[in-house]
Amino acid sequence: MDTMGSDENILEMRGITKVFPGVVANDNVDLDVRYGEVHSLLGENGAGKSTLVKILFGLCQPDEGSIHLRGEPIAVESPAEAIASRIGMIHQHFMLVPTLTVAENVALGTQSTRRPFTDLDVVSRRVSEISEKHGLAVDPSVEVRRLAVGERQRVEIIKALYRDAELLVLDEPTAVLTPGEVDDLFVILRRMANDGRGLIFISHKLREVLTLSDRITVLRNGKVVGTTAPAETSREELAQMMVGRAVRLTPDKPLMDASAAQLKVEGLTIRGDRETVAVDDISFEVRSGEILGVAGVSGNGQRELAEAIAGLRAVEPGGSIRIAGVDVTGDDTRSRRDRGLGFIPEERMRDGAIAEFTVSENLVLVDHGAAEFTSRGMLDFGSIREHSQKLVDDFAVKTPGIDTPTSSLSGGNIQKVILARELSASPTVLLACQPTRGVDIGAAEYIHTRLIQQRSLGTATILISEDLDEVMGLADRIAVMYEGEIVAIVPSEEATRDRIGLLMAGVVEAPDQSSV
Amino acid sequence: MGEFFTLSVLVATAASAIRLATPYLLASLGETVGQRSGVLNLGVDGVMLLSAFFSYWTVLETGNLWLAVLVGLVVGLVMGLLYGVITVFLNATQGISGIGIFIFGLGLSDLLFRQLVGTPKPVRRLPNVDIPLLSDIPHLGEALFQRNLLTYLAFLLVPVTALLLTRTTFGLNIRSVGDNPQAADSLGVSVERTRFVAILIGNSMAGLAGAALVLQLGIFQPNLTQGLGFIAVALVYFGAWRPIGVMGGALLYGFVNATVLQWKALGIIPVSGSDLANMAPAVLTILALIVVARRVHAPSALTKPFTRH
Repeated sequence: MDTMGSDENILEMRGITKVFPGVVANDNVDLDVRYGEVHSLLGENGAGKSTLVKILFGLCQPDEGSIHLRGEPIAVESPAEAIASRIGMIHQHFMLVPTLTVAENVALGTQSTRRPFTDLDVVSRRVSEISEKHGLAVDPSVEVRRLAVGERQRVEIIKALYRDAELLVLDEPTAVLTPGEVDDLFVILRRMANDGRGLIFISHKLREVLTLSDRITVLRNGKVVGTTAPAETSREELAQMMVGRAVRLTPDKPLMDASAAQLKVEGLTIRGDRETVAVDDISFEVRSGEILGVAGVSGNGQRELAEAIAGLRAVEPGGSIRIAGVDVTGDDTRSRRDRGLGFIPEERMRDGAIAEFTVSENLVLVDHGAAEFTSRGMLDFGSIREHSQKLVDDFAVKTPGIDTPTSSLSGGNIQKVILARELSASPTVLLACQPTRGVDIGAAEYIHTRLIQQRSLGTATILISEDLDEVMGLADRIAVMYEGEIVAIVPSEEATRDRIGLLMAGVVEAPDQSSV
Repeated sequence: MGEFFTLSVLVATAASAIRLATPYLLASLGETVGQRSGVLNLGVDGVMLLSAFFSYWTVLETGNLWLAVLVGLVVGLVMGLLYGVITVFLNATQGISGIGIFIFGLGLSDLLFRQLVGTPKPVRRLPNVDIPLLSDIPHLGEALFQRNLLTYLAFLLVPVTALLLTRTTFGLNIRSVGDNPQAADSLGVSVERTRFVAILIGNSMAGLAGAALVLQLGIFQPNLTQGLGFIAVALVYFGAWRPIGVMGGALLYGFVNATVLQWKALGIIPVSGSDLANMAPAVLTILALIVVARRVHAPSALTKPFTRH
């Protein structure tokens, strides 16, 4: 079978409509998937991609519409029925039981040949066969919690293949993978399509969608905007289809003269949650008017580094952190903020804002004790409201009002609230962690523009992100972290995706190359 | 002190330890099954009290010990149905629901006892059954193989429960819904049904534990268990959610209890210190939990109701 697949449809979804209280998640959506095809579903958060595939997998029921599988009408009422119809799904969050072995995870929910006992030896043998056939190396007898993220992904695929899935749904399967692992995954997925399977690939990463797909269907606000093919479109056009207006994917960055180092980190060693060394003796500095990007696969010490700079995690003796020339290594978060540190945390709902508080309360979360917001020891609501309203306007936060509970805002708007609070304090050093993760393209574009503006104002920014496009688009220099060390700091002019991707996988380049 | 370390006293202590461990073991094994499926049942003590009362009353009225055991089991099963509906199908908070079950069992057993019996009357106890050949082993045979049938059953259930959890498809389902119910659901394993059945098993065993307790004593009184069911829940943590570990905990508990009883009888513990000595098992549990509970991980979904998003 050729790579473009046949013209015959394995799946036809027609006029799917699903209404949740207050939202139309799917509005008369049509979707066809051919045998042997990788069909991508592209859209912003809340565009209705997940709802559509949940309906297909029996996790929720449509209000209207029909589903035909291999030409036959079906009604999928539960995941068990979907699996029986040979539909497989790889969920965004791994659906694995960490305390069970690979074989047990695969066997779960299947019939055993030796009921009521399990037949794990039989399962293990088949897992090995599937591994070999599809290039999915994994040991069936290992507990899943001991596996790396890429391996867990392979277990998920094996689970689907073990159930002989012919139509496979992959919900943002690359979110947690390194660029190298993504390439490997794509080879496997392409091979599966070539076997005649139909694949639905859900993503909001334009580059991946363009690389992998045969066809792309874009959803916006629950409706199909259009279906296209990679050869007929571009990143810019896809982004426009997703957002509904033109989007600048790479922000313009004015040239800045490197000046004084505002953040200086020396000999920093940090222990992680399990007392192991998470960050191992690293040193770097960030200058005024510069963005230092920190790239790396999740779990290579970035989180611990960010927490140490923010003052949320102790560092081992011998290391030092200086903000604007002052040693703050032993200081608490408050004194670091007083020295000019701004912090956009990775877990925005845990560390960045209080969900139950109003927008206004979150906007003064740091400064509510300052003289301008108090009078005679009591909160001065007049000036707090005035300040909050100004920030909401300045940062284009979409909210019904400043007294709205923050939890009812979208992820992008919550992030804008945090950004507004942190930037309004005119930070000398800004620590931004995953600032656009899970945020819509439109809001991400805005956040990027703001970070560039802050750079022009002379802030020294350290940007920790797993989104390589983001780091490469914004940073002046890129520090790559691998297993707790900074393996290289690459000026952005010299950074290519391949080079950074290799560094992220721990492949350290030969010295003659890095000196170029 | 010296009189304790005579062979006959030690054998008697061991025998009594195993007898005392029986209700703990039955209840803890059942609770292990429930907790591995992600359901904490703090109502074990209440279930034991109710089934103990009904078992006692059955013997009192009919004189039939085996009917009494069956009644204890059925009362546990019925309480399991109740607890299962509350926590699995109505998604109630497990902690509070369990305490509700405890208070219900405590109050109802007390009320029924006062209404139907009034003053405690002794009944027949479970007879000891000698296992051929094994019971003839000197000393060891007397301690281990001249016990009642429920004790044998309790210890037999240790490998049975272990096999159930590790070697059967249903055990695989139980472990998966206790650790990642979303994953189990996505593979077509019914979280509700698995948990419900695990609760029924657990409560039935708590019912058996209540029957064992009262039929070994041969008498019932209000609040007969005195918190035994809560200790049984703690022993699950102590045993790191594994039947063999739970058995270790139950035996340790039985031995401490038996030793305290023996020392009181021998006068090693003065009468004035008797109440203080009764605390020993509880203190031991707390210490053991501090040491043990740190190193092991509970099932991730323990106490968390499951809803599909």
